[in-house]
Amino acid sequence: MQQQVTDSLTIDYIAIFIQFIVAAGFVITTIAVTHWLGPKRKSAKKLQSFECGLDSIGNARLPFSVKYFLVAILFVLFDVEVIFFYPWAVNFHELGESGFVKMLVFVVPLLLGYFYIIKKGALKWE
Amino acid sequence: MKVKLTDAPEGLQGQGFFATSLSKAVGLARSHSIWPLPFATSCCGIEFMATMAATYDLARFGSERLSFSPRQADLLMVMGTIAKKMGPVLKQVYIQMAEPKWVIAVGACASSGGIFDTYSVLQGIDKVIPVDVYVPGCPPPPEAILDGIIKIQELIKNEPLRRRESEEYKSLLASYGIE
Repeated sequence: MQQQVTDSLTIDYIAIFIQFIVAAGFVITTIAVTHWLGPKRKSAKKLQSFECGLDSIGNARLPFSVKYFLVAILFVLFDVEVIFFYPWAVNFHELGESGFVKMLVFVVPLLLGYFYIIKKGALKWE
Repeated sequence: MKVKLTDAPEGLQGQGFFATSLSKAVGLARSHSIWPLPFATSCCGIEFMATMAATYDLARFGSERLSFSPRQADLLMVMGTIAKKMGPVLKQVYIQMAEPKWVIAVGACASSGGIFDTYSVLQGIDKVIPVDVYVPGCPPPPEAILDGIIKIQELIKNEPLRRRESEEYKSLLASYGIE
């Protein structure tokens, strides 16, 4: 009895397996065949990285100061915080006191974080 | 509204089958799926914008998708004055395009330098890259640009598959110093 049930399950799902194989096979075959059949011309100039027709100078992956990253990530953080203020400001009267308390719960940890980064000197550029 | 499909190429037709040569089938498909790279440097580019917009609608010809990377483009549309300093840039963009590729010179400046018969302007882009179709006009109206595109489509339809391997084509590229 048990054997029969698992057998029918396998048979039921075989169609889905075939569909997956056909889907993946079609994609892989198409990509492979276009690469194989498509006309190509490989010269040094053609394989150069595209810089709007200008010669590329130097390496794109240069090290840059971590300060940029820090300022950018802090900007994202507080930018999102400000976005949350907007709907609150629009519904300020309707939400009333409870809304104010909820907003404080949201803002105070961020404010603590703000004091922390100021104290750490994360925004000092020089 | 009656939708007009493209005409079938010459071939052998019978009950339930149609046979044609591979190059004609490929040419038909290619000619109706051109991805242009607009290289617009001046007023002809403005005419091209009108050509792409609703009234003239270049998308009807299968060129809905403009490519601003040469890697995905097969038709270079040069529209406008090309200064001599721009010449090598244009050539590099042409070289980096996908194979096979075509070039259309839109307007007097791209075709011959136009009114700018001066030391700083390239007297026609065919000084640096091979050109397939020239569209006259200063600037040419959208109808003229469409006519140029249709001429390009005719060229693509009738191009033998082995043309790009031929000695003639190789010597043409060699005369421009392109590998």
